[in-house]
Amino acid sequence: MPRHLTSRLGEGLIAIWGVVTIVFVVSRLLGDPAVLLLPIGATEAQMHELRTQLGLDQPLLQQYLTFLLHALKGDFGQSFQFARPALDVVLERLPATALLAGCALAIGVLIGGMAGALAAIYRGSAIEGLVLLVALLGQATPSFWLGIMLILLFAVQLGWFPTGGYGEWQNLVLPSVTLACFTTASIARLLRSSMLDVMRDDYVRTAYAKGLSPRRVYIWHVGRNSLIPVITMTGILAGELLGGAAVTETVFAWPGVGRLIVQAIETKDFPVVQAGVAVVATIFVLVNLLVDLLYTLIDPRIRQES
Amino acid sequence: MRLLSFLHRQRANWLGLLGAALLVLLLVLALAGPWLGLPDPTRGDLKARMMAPTLSWAGLGAHPFGTDQLGRDILSRIIAGSRVTLTIAGSAVILGGIVGVFLGLVAGYFGGWYDRILMRLVDIQLAFPLMLLALLVVAALGPSLHNLIAVLALTSWVRYARIVRAQVLTVREREFVQAALAMGAGHARLLLRHILPNVLTPVFVVATLELARTIVLEAGLSFLGLGIQPPSPSWGRMLADGRTYIASAWWIITLPGLALMLTVLSVNLLGDWLRDWLDPRADRH
Repeated sequence: MPRHLTSRLGEGLIAIWGVVTIVFVVSRLLGDPAVLLLPIGATEAQMHELRTQLGLDQPLLQQYLTFLLHALKGDFGQSFQFARPALDVVLERLPATALLAGCALAIGVLIGGMAGALAAIYRGSAIEGLVLLVALLGQATPSFWLGIMLILLFAVQLGWFPTGGYGEWQNLVLPSVTLACFTTASIARLLRSSMLDVMRDDYVRTAYAKGLSPRRVYIWHVGRNSLIPVITMTGILAGELLGGAAVTETVFAWPGVGRLIVQAIETKDFPVVQAGVAVVATIFVLVNLLVDLLYTLIDPRIRQES
Repeated sequence: MRLLSFLHRQRANWLGLLGAALLVLLLVLALAGPWLGLPDPTRGDLKARMMAPTLSWAGLGAHPFGTDQLGRDILSRIIAGSRVTLTIAGSAVILGGIVGVFLGLVAGYFGGWYDRILMRLVDIQLAFPLMLLALLVVAALGPSLHNLIAVLALTSWVRYARIVRAQVLTVREREFVQAALAMGAGHARLLLRHILPNVLTPVFVVATLELARTIVLEAGLSFLGLGIQPPSPSWGRMLADGRTYIASAWWIITLPGLALMLTVLSVNLLGDWLRDWLDPRADRH
């Protein structure tokens, strides 16, 4: 592994540790779980017993160290709500989130990429104007409102797709379109401006002067070089899609990690919150490592530096 | 055709102007809200529940945007909601900006350990999904106005810090800074008088982008029930309430959402224009 990837890995581990620590501290501010877990009217002795059982009577620093040691082994404690290991509860929801994020990302990369490339190739035409207009609107539309509007149109009025739920492919359509909207618009705009930048570079003129066909120039010279900023942003967007889809998942009752964490915050189910955020942060770091790896494949300059 | 191509060449300008005009209109409406003679946004009238929008303009009391499930006037709720949203998002962007610019200045100028610690903090912040961080902190501290501003500022300082740090690294080596240093200027003087003015340009661009993002995040929080609490109207809460009546009263949810979208759009347009204008290299096509 190249040296800069190793150091990126170290930085990623520090980031995960920091996120887990913040969640631990904030969780302790949320309230006393013993009060929440026991029925109203529980005696002080029962509360004390539960606190001892959960380790909540120990000094905070010791609780934190125990938490870190266990977290390293993948043990985030039992979920208060489901009475099962918290990490299992989170990992069960991961496929649903990954499916949704994957579809949204595929839509974003395919449609956003095509639209952005068309806008750059046919610059100054109506196509470019249309792409830019739609992309501006797409970036300005909040996902949860778009989701509800799609439900109103395609589920309530036309009855083509269900309003929510999980399982069939019909369930997947509206949430992935909703989630893909911002991604698609961002990729289209970035690819367009990145391609327009590259097209002015000297080596593109040279490629034309050598007598290469426009298609070859676009694919081999412009395409490759204008992809670098797009890949950076796709990595960031992928990380956000995998962790930040809480609102879209809530709108469509999609059983993903984001909605699970939102519910766990509402019910003060600390172990699930901690496990969930740790998983999401880990995925984000891994996705970004992957992006770094992709750079080295695409851009020989980076390969030589490392 | 010539008009079209002229408009196309000028689009960065007129779109930016359009954004600025929209934003000014929104600000004026938000500021003048209480004096427009609209119905009280928090008082319901159960006899006038779920009235559809009407175009009859018999005074603004006639509910031009219709009423919601409790008979409250939607137009006045949208305007009252814009006050809340713009106050929270605006304050958060300014607060986050001040913190981020300060940290970026210190890290870029002094380097070393300050810089290393700041960059690790940036990594941590970026790996933490903003929505979840905001939800968690609001759930812990309670959804008061001050807490919401603080939380949203917390989610936005990173971008300022990164861009300012990068700028400082280049400005620090410029001759006028070295000259001031040679003349015996102290760190504070150097940072505030010589470096800060030269790194502020991109900060304004980041601030507009952050304003748009913060407005959406605030609406998302209140959509999930963790924004500013009733009876204060908020756009996110109006959307959440309207969901229940989606099949019978489309306007309850559609109109606040449109207001949200227009606000974000106008901020984005302004931001694009600002970026093109301040960065001579970008987008001269």
